[in-house]
Amino acid sequence: MSVGKNEPRRDGPAKLTGRAKYLDDLDIPGCWHGVTVRATVPHGKIKSVSYDPSFPWQECVIATAEDIPGKNLVALIEADQPLLADGIVRHREEAVILIAHPDRATAYEAAKRVKIEYEPLPPVFDMEKSEKVFKSFKIERGDVDAGFAAADVIVEGEYRTPSQEQAYIENNAIAAYEENGILIVTGSIQCPYYVLKAMKQAFDRDETKIRVIQTVTGGGFGGKEEYPSMLAGHAALLALKAGRPVKIVYDRHEDMTATTKRHPAIVRHKTGLMKDGKLVAQDIEVVMDGGAYATLSAVVLSRGTLHAAGVYECPNTRVRSKVVMTHTPPNGAFRGFGAPQTLFAVELHWEKIADVLKIDSLVLRQKNIFKLGSTTATGQKLLESVGAEECLQKTVKGSKYVAKRKEYDRWNKSSKNKTWKGIGLAVCHHGAGFTGSGEVYLASRAGVALTRSGELIVLAASTEIGQGTNTMFAQVASDALGVPASWFSVETPDTHKVPDSGPTVASRTCMVVGGLVSRATRELKRAFEAEYGKVPKTPADLKKAAAVLCAGKAARRFEVQYEKPPEVTWDDATYRGDAYGVYSYAAIAVDLEIDKLTYEVRVNKVTTAQDIGKAINPLLAEGQIIGGSTQGLGWALLEEPIFKDGIMINGQFTNYIIPTSLDTPPFQVSLVEKPYSRGPFGAKGVGELPMDIPGPAVAAAVKHATGRLIPTLPHTPERIAKALS
Amino acid sequence: MIKLTVNGKKKSFGGAPFKRLIDTLREDFALTGTKEGCGEGECGACTVLLDGEPVNSCLIPVCQAEGCKVETVESLGTPEKLSKLQAGFLACGGAQCGICTPGMLMTAQAHIRTKGKCDDKSIRTALSGNLCRCTGYQDIVKSVLKAAKGR
Amino acid sequence: MRGDAKSMTVLRPRSAAEAVKSYAKVPTAMPLAGGTDLMVGWNLGVLNGRSILDLSRVAEWKKINVVSDGIDIGSLVTHSEIQKHPVIRKRFPLLVAACGTVGAAQIQNRGTIGGNIANASPAGDTFPALAVYEATVRVLGQSGRRGVPISEIFAGVKKTTLKPGELIEAVFLPFTDTAPTRGVFRKVGTRAAQAISKTMFAGLLFNGKGGVLAEARLAFGSLAPTVRRLYAAESFLKGRKLDDKTINAAAELMTTDVSPIDDIRSTREYRLVVSRNLLIAFLKGEVK
Repeated sequence: MSVGKNEPRRDGPAKLTGRAKYLDDLDIPGCWHGVTVRATVPHGKIKSVSYDPSFPWQECVIATAEDIPGKNLVALIEADQPLLADGIVRHREEAVILIAHPDRATAYEAAKRVKIEYEPLPPVFDMEKSEKVFKSFKIERGDVDAGFAAADVIVEGEYRTPSQEQAYIENNAIAAYEENGILIVTGSIQCPYYVLKAMKQAFDRDETKIRVIQTVTGGGFGGKEEYPSMLAGHAALLALKAGRPVKIVYDRHEDMTATTKRHPAIVRHKTGLMKDGKLVAQDIEVVMDGGAYATLSAVVLSRGTLHAAGVYECPNTRVRSKVVMTHTPPNGAFRGFGAPQTLFAVELHWEKIADVLKIDSLVLRQKNIFKLGSTTATGQKLLESVGAEECLQKTVKGSKYVAKRKEYDRWNKSSKNKTWKGIGLAVCHHGAGFTGSGEVYLASRAGVALTRSGELIVLAASTEIGQGTNTMFAQVASDALGVPASWFSVETPDTHKVPDSGPTVASRTCMVVGGLVSRATRELKRAFEAEYGKVPKTPADLKKAAAVLCAGKAARRFEVQYEKPPEVTWDDATYRGDAYGVYSYAAIAVDLEIDKLTYEVRVNKVTTAQDIGKAINPLLAEGQIIGGSTQGLGWALLEEPIFKDGIMINGQFTNYIIPTSLDTPPFQVSLVEKPYSRGPFGAKGVGELPMDIPGPAVAAAVKHATGRLIPTLPHTPERIAKALS
Repeated sequence: MIKLTVNGKKKSFGGAPFKRLIDTLREDFALTGTKEGCGEGECGACTVLLDGEPVNSCLIPVCQAEGCKVETVESLGTPEKLSKLQAGFLACGGAQCGICTPGMLMTAQAHIRTKGKCDDKSIRTALSGNLCRCTGYQDIVKSVLKAAKGR
Repeated sequence: MRGDAKSMTVLRPRSAAEAVKSYAKVPTAMPLAGGTDLMVGWNLGVLNGRSILDLSRVAEWKKINVVSDGIDIGSLVTHSEIQKHPVIRKRFPLLVAACGTVGAAQIQNRGTIGGNIANASPAGDTFPALAVYEATVRVLGQSGRRGVPISEIFAGVKKTTLKPGELIEAVFLPFTDTAPTRGVFRKVGTRAAQAISKTMFAGLLFNGKGGVLAEARLAFGSLAPTVRRLYAAESFLKGRKLDDKTINAAAELMTTDVSPIDDIRSTREYRLVVSRNLLIAFLKGEVK
């Protein structure tokens, strides 16, 4: 058995020796460098474009919206975002013109020599003042008004979370070229089939004439989910016009300022409770800032909405949400995908309620937390794999939460101590896979191939972006077949080689696509048994079996498609039913202290228990948990894109502050494994869950330390000082 | 002509003296293991050893490396025979997406070589100029500790 | 990377005399020491076409000399080398501490003390320590060398009082007559490591006879366009006993000498509150 073991990372040796080829490492003969001329106003009509006559333009290739052979569109959910601005610009970083040159520095110089004049139009930067709503949702359960009427107390609160930059260390990078009539785009990509979909529309070609290939990718976290569709279009446009390969490699500043980030959000809670802390009614309002184009905002909002009521049962719940347009670069996918914003609110709100009821928030959580058989806000009955209570219990025990609350209360009373100490808690669920009917619409496919010479190859479009996809696939497939993991290799995500397994997002790769790989491998197993009499036991045996099964053909593929579990029902119109097939669960305790002189926060320890169904590879799963939690701590304490006139003004690593090794505490991680019957070997999702709740746990700990509830992230020393003044 | 030693081999470079060391390594010496993450000396992905000391190769014009010994990730082990440090990273989950890894390894290599203290705190201090967005650092620290054992 | 290497002219003098000569010949050249700041700008493409005066071959500026009345640190000595030097560690620990907060190891291994001064950032990490040690910056130009007190070297944000053609050759730190009774350096940055400062404090106290203070030297960085000594507070404290009343009164005088602003990294309000806290805690002996 390989599942459950710490198989070494497949991509490890190449990455550890510098041999792994990321896009900018590839030697592409004759490749030119592409750069982007961007808008200089947040909203305006393009009046004129002029080119500095002293510059040798004949050395360059220039592409504008007119050169786009198909639709001027980055196809995603809504058909609203152009590949290049055509007439109107709607944010300060909108791409208007593309330039390619053999020399990178000269290409950048050329971009400086283009002058675009605009007739300014009024911009909207404040999401609360925006009148354009991209999408809204409403969830309703029970009778909310009657619930409030029956409540002993009503507690209201407003919570705000900022944007966040994914800050993968490899910037966006894509190359394009045409070969034998096929347009090839390759690069740092999370979702090759998203890129393909966008390219088909923009270049008016079918999938046989476009091929998308992922290179080794230096982190994504959602940031390479939709933006590469734009970048691929740009590179391809230049490549076709230049008649040669063109690559576009963003530098850090451009990547930070121009590409998608987490949606800033405002969440308001009105909560009715009985004196003993039992929830009876809640009314929740969510507003998110989508930026200039819809991109993935509708689905980000959907996930945020579906997680807004948290991991608690409440008979009367209403959630109303909307995502609006502002004249800022579009916000998009980032690990957690709307859930961290709404979970921050619901979790921190418990601290407020705790003050009103004079009951510790732990007790309040325990009283209302999801159990087997609980019903969610959408009316979903939780019938299996509900590890919320166990996560909470393990976290409380492992962090010594109860004792530390008391110990720190005493510590904080003494004026002699140079710090305030606090410990804070948060709990959450995170739906694995696409929202509602999403997986049905996706109809993902994955498979395995057996070649005549006896190679076993996993075929999936899910990308390895550091999270361990390839290692996990090999482990799942080998156990499904009952052979060593080393027998399986994993095909490069290449739209001409692998089926569309859907995007590498939404904590779905292991549970959904891993499940498909497992199913496909079981079909192969049945074929071995039926046609060869058994599953081969040795490499020599495998070769013989392969010859029999392939029967003269080069290879045989076993592909399967997603099938909706019959027990799952969902209604998009009413937003009622099983929002997700299953949920993962997490609890986290953050133990910190605050310097009384400088208000600097030092996190001393993080204790977390996470129910992910089954850890296919515990080391990789823990890596996701510690890494994701660290991003959450960054969002909680350090990270804040600062916008001025619609542009991020701290778009450099010097001023956009992510945690270093000295900002990061020791983590104590417990894996909780409540198996999910539909997941491969019981596995659920792990990718996003760890990002969800470090924020509220930090805020709760800061409240414990200082007595002040600060409803806004990040908890910078400046905010803490202000709250205490 | 600028002469320098790269991974033990004598090299000369006849291009623009202000070309960055990182670009010279990647473009002229085909050593693409060294990565650029920010171009502003913040992320440390481009870390190489210059006369044994970790430096950001994105902040050094190659003329300033004249006569120096440069070590890059390619000087460590190979995929078939990883160095002790690389093997530590593989065993302990020290690399995820891998883009910060070459720089991280070089800084760690210099730290291990100093033969000074090699505990959690000293490793975290030594690596504080290498940003990693994937791991949360704990497994990187473990990787270095493992490699440092019995050095 | 937006810098264009081909567009750059690089001058590479082999001695101090040659450096001054080259600089006189090409006065528009930008002196390059460790490159940790200049190269950031170059990577952004804003220095294309410029001439660079690369000082890295000027060996005589890479030395640390201990002399009878102090220590002479060559301008090209790196922040790492300063931290390793036994005499600097013993006699000027605040400078050692400050050098340990300049970026991380990679930056400390390249960045130089002379480059740090010439760059004249309001947040220059070594400046408060240099200010309380009353360093003298020695500069060399066509017309010879002169010593500039650290208090007079900075003219504003990213501006020095260096005259055209002058280069920094060394920083001289005088030994104090008596060892300070108390010395503290504290940087408050944007995170635990590799950070730019929001405020930075260096303080030295020298006790006199009868329990009164003979001298206080107090300096803040990042609270004004240049590093500031708290002259008003220092002269108030001289000859007084450090009781709570005196300490609070001294802290009230802080804003005579500093005037922080709101910027991308912090706020005026926070900088004032925290700086005041640090000052009071230092005078009370509560920070190390």
